[in-house]
Amino acid sequence: MTRSIGYDADPRVRIIEWVPWVAAIAAFFLLPEYLSLGARILTYILFALSLDLILGYAGIITLGHSAFFGIGAYVAGILSAKLGVTEPLLLLFAAACAAGMLGMATGAVILRTRGLTQLMLTLAIAALCLEIAHKATPITGGADGLSGVTIAPILGAFKFDMFGRTAYLWCLTLLFAGWWLTRKIIYSPFGATLAGIRENRVRMHAIGVPVYRRLLTAYAISAMIAGVAGALLAETNQFVGLNVLGFEPSGELMVMLILGGVGRLYGAFVGPLVYLIAQDFLAKQFPEYWYFGIGLMLVLVVLFARGGILGLVDGLVARWGKQR
Amino acid sequence: MSPALETRNLCKSFGALVVAQNISFRLEVGARHALIGPNGAGKTTFVNMLTGLLAPTSGQVLLGDEDITHLAQEARVKRGIGRTFQINTLFRDMSVLDNVALGVAERQGVAGRLWLAASGHRQLRKETLALLDTLGLADDAGKRVVDLPYGKQRLVEIAIALGLRPRVLLLDEPAAGVPSLESGMILRVLDRLPEEIAILIIEHDMDVVFRFARRITVLVDGQVLCEGSHAEITSDPRVRRVYLGEQHG
Repeated sequence: MTRSIGYDADPRVRIIEWVPWVAAIAAFFLLPEYLSLGARILTYILFALSLDLILGYAGIITLGHSAFFGIGAYVAGILSAKLGVTEPLLLLFAAACAAGMLGMATGAVILRTRGLTQLMLTLAIAALCLEIAHKATPITGGADGLSGVTIAPILGAFKFDMFGRTAYLWCLTLLFAGWWLTRKIIYSPFGATLAGIRENRVRMHAIGVPVYRRLLTAYAISAMIAGVAGALLAETNQFVGLNVLGFEPSGELMVMLILGGVGRLYGAFVGPLVYLIAQDFLAKQFPEYWYFGIGLMLVLVVLFARGGILGLVDGLVARWGKQR
Repeated sequence: MSPALETRNLCKSFGALVVAQNISFRLEVGARHALIGPNGAGKTTFVNMLTGLLAPTSGQVLLGDEDITHLAQEARVKRGIGRTFQINTLFRDMSVLDNVALGVAERQGVAGRLWLAASGHRQLRKETLALLDTLGLADDAGKRVVDLPYGKQRLVEIAIALGLRPRVLLLDEPAAGVPSLESGMILRVLDRLPEEIAILIIEHDMDVVFRFARRITVLVDGQVLCEGSHAEITSDPRVRRVYLGEQHG
């Protein structure tokens, strides 16, 4: 599942990389009663992809990525509920711009730091955004959340239905676009530069790379993708709650990515899928203790599969290959 | 004619600790110059000030006629200063090709591109492979750096710096830690470095210094003790006393 990137890598899409898309389309037909959950999973995969771009490929540690997800969700929600803008593509565009600008502004500060300082700053920014959303009740709905979000049919033709069919396909389409963009970036010279910065920042400075500027670009792109994911959530749920901001969604996202495998592109697919299905199942079976199951899963992955589920699969495939 | 690189009264201190005192130094165009001195003399600190990794407390660094004292490392590289590190500073998990291509891409101005795949930049690959070939690394292009013997890793250090097409090349102990069996490979590469590049080498191995350098500067306690040819340095009693440890009454 892993593949080298850089000047020696083959950027063509391999057959195995089409598997998630075939599976997603198959799920649309085979599991019609789970399409709402499916749309949520697809949204979180897009969100996780944005985190993987900066954490996995550029080595930026963050616990505040929900700030971009949240601003995307609130911008789309507010534009629709308060200003009557209901065109879904326009809402996504506005969310991406707002999240991108927030990414530039906050990245300009946090990317001057490293390690724990950086981590704390990202956390502080997410907490600030949460508090602003909490206090600005007339605009955001505060603790009650933002309701009254109305979304027009996509391209004037596809209305959001109660079974979640349109939402699922809309999320799938945007995830595909996000995946294509992220993959393109990873295999580009810019992606190779990000990997270089992650591997050895001292050397990157010594070969003339404007490290800060490159990281800021990656951070802003990642923020835009996260913003689109947030707007997608607002469009498909037609409601925005405070739970899109703060530490909890950031931490959850980090757990999802670690579960799937950081810096593997498809870890961002596997992590949210496993996490959200487990959450759905465990919350139904053990409403009070479902977090225990998630915690146990994370402990097992960290102890026995340091590269996440995909890392484990990679290891098994490599071992099987040697035995043959 | 202006020297390729010059420092004027360069000083550096960390609080009360003075590590460089009024270092005035000239590296002529096309020079083969060695900087020697005992451990802790301030050689690497000096190189770090030349490259911009460390900011001097006072004094000037000039590249040709341009004052680059306050320029960032990246800007100095773009103006033609390349360096290697005393301790390997490589992208260990990347291929040899990628290690060198990253720098070549930055120089060619393609490293910030987002669309065309990295491997699609054929001219860049071609140039990188040609450079690796001149250093005898062509067969290792696809190997991960971490899987190479140490001597070859030192060559990758040099290849990365050469990929930047520097006017001035600062080699910080290029043969350090290399087993004697592999050091010949490094020396052959040093001998073949392009004549037009001004090279400053920091080296403890006197065989390497005397074979490579036409001019030598001795640094002791952050100060220039003396400068001269091979013969002048070896016959200087201060050098013998301080650097070679010989007692003179």
